[in-house]
Amino acid sequence: MNHDTYPDNYIRGILNSVKSIAMVGASPVNVRPSYFAFKYLAERGYDMIPVNPGYVGKSLLGKPFVASLADVGRPIDMIDIFRNSSHIMPVVEEALRLSPLPKVIWMQLGARDDAAAAKAEAVGIKVVMNRCPKIEYGRLSSEISWMGVNSRTLSAKRAPMPTQGMRLSLNRMSVGGGQTAASDRVAKNKTETT
Amino acid sequence: MTDRLPGFSTLAVHAGAQPDPTTGARATPIYQTTSFVFNDADHAASLFGLQSFGNIYTRIGNPTNAVLEERVAALEGGTAALAVASGHAAQVVVLQQLMKPGDEIIAARKLYGGSINQFTHAFKSFGWNVAWADPDEIESFERAVTPHTKAIFIESIANPAGSVTDIEAIAAVARKAGVPLIVDNTLATPYLIKPIDHGADIVVHSLTKFLGGHGNSLGGIIVDAGTFDWSKDNKYPMLSEPRPEYHGIKIQETFGNFAFAIACRVLGLRDLGPALSPFNAFMILTGIETLPLRMQKHCDNAKAVAEFLAGHPAVASVNYAGLPGDKYNNLARKYAPKGAGAVFTFSLKGGYDAGVSLVSNLQLFSHLANVGDTRSLVIHPASTTHSQLDDAAKIKSGAAPDVVRLSIGIEDKDDLITDLDQALRA
Repeated sequence: MNHDTYPDNYIRGILNSVKSIAMVGASPVNVRPSYFAFKYLAERGYDMIPVNPGYVGKSLLGKPFVASLADVGRPIDMIDIFRNSSHIMPVVEEALRLSPLPKVIWMQLGARDDAAAAKAEAVGIKVVMNRCPKIEYGRLSSEISWMGVNSRTLSAKRAPMPTQGMRLSLNRMSVGGGQTAASDRVAKNKTETT
Repeated sequence: MTDRLPGFSTLAVHAGAQPDPTTGARATPIYQTTSFVFNDADHAASLFGLQSFGNIYTRIGNPTNAVLEERVAALEGGTAALAVASGHAAQVVVLQQLMKPGDEIIAARKLYGGSINQFTHAFKSFGWNVAWADPDEIESFERAVTPHTKAIFIESIANPAGSVTDIEAIAAVARKAGVPLIVDNTLATPYLIKPIDHGADIVVHSLTKFLGGHGNSLGGIIVDAGTFDWSKDNKYPMLSEPRPEYHGIKIQETFGNFAFAIACRVLGLRDLGPALSPFNAFMILTGIETLPLRMQKHCDNAKAVAEFLAGHPAVASVNYAGLPGDKYNNLARKYAPKGAGAVFTFSLKGGYDAGVSLVSNLQLFSHLANVGDTRSLVIHPASTTHSQLDDAAKIKSGAAPDVVRLSIGIEDKDDLITDLDQALRA
């Protein structure tokens, strides 16, 4: 998988198929991006599990925190890692010890570890890096268009109104595979210089 | 679902506009409302806290305006956009995110006269300083860079003479200086030039001109290219530092490659207030649907009229980048191969008096202070749009006293040529 740019169908396939998401580094502080994403994905109907050893005994939007992935105690479809790039590898190694294995490992905006991604992909896990599932869900459903964001999708079909807890249709026609040419160029330059 | 890039004309018609979920309306409805009800208190709080996508109040966002925003972002190849009340409002909102008192912007000397006034006088009162540079001499931009420089501002095709700017050369200066390049793409529109493909980080427009295209609605827009890293140093705290207005959210950390457009919306438009009327957004959207057709006709007509004037005995010179031999013809061929726009100037052998007489003799051209209308327009910049400049500055900006500016419409070109011919002979 080329991790500078992802085809929309790859992201769409992941968001359409996963049901449970364990968020490593989830924060109960309501100005942190992890809180935004956790809440949004929970409202869109995903089974969200907050993982953060610092908050065990507390809960996030009614879901109890667990200390580690091993403590989840049930199969997890996707692991969403809200940690800096330097903290990715131990989380991926922990994920690789789970049975059954997760189907997807997702690293948040700004987070990227190509070595960790290669380890996960070697055992058939799909990997997404440096993206936010909330933004991608909002973009592919065009919900994010309310913020003037270029969803890079088109549709002449009438969309259902989004409501609490409802999964939106992500099956719109994509414009050019997901990213803009300019953002692809910047990502590529960044990869080449680091 | 295919991942195939639709053409420009398809995007001009479809991007951002899906049939209305409630009614099935196919044209974009005009959501002429100030406010939007919340589902419950939690929904309201999450919208105000920027945790959910959604509508609160039309000064911050509106569903009709959002269609316009996504449409223009798609046409320019940007990640997001923000529509505002005018092109001038777009410039204030952009610079409010970047500048503090004592900071500097480097601006091309060849700019719309209204922008020169705004930068020179209004921005001075905010403590924002402007350093002027000459787009014909790239080194003058490099020389103007100081530790206080926060951005470089140019027009892709510059008012009033329709000169074409070497965007890539100036983008290289901006990259080296570590500041964003802002390109006003009003006279080119993305049909002719897409500045983001040439290194622009932010694109602004007066939608009032060719994008709206019918001379009936004011509007402006800001497009975020998603290319600039606002957090690499502490030069742009509006984007990189916790915002007290939003309980400590960091805008770039939260919104990634469309953070600048979000900052313009939630820190700029929300607090400065120049919101676009949804009715104007609807009119401009309707105009954009035919942008590719109109813009090609504008350019083809302009070339025919420029060729006619170049051969006319009463005309001293024509400045149109689309003419072979013009100073900007090579840049026009590189950046705008479909046409060099439809705004240009020419000077008359009879000087200032001949210019005044021409304007009053024309029957089909309207004498007014706008460009980018379906109708052909004429103005004498030295006595109107550029009148606040002194004579030296007028000449430097391309508005010398003997210069007449045309904005060529989409009428039949033979009628425009006939009208100019009779007015020049009268």
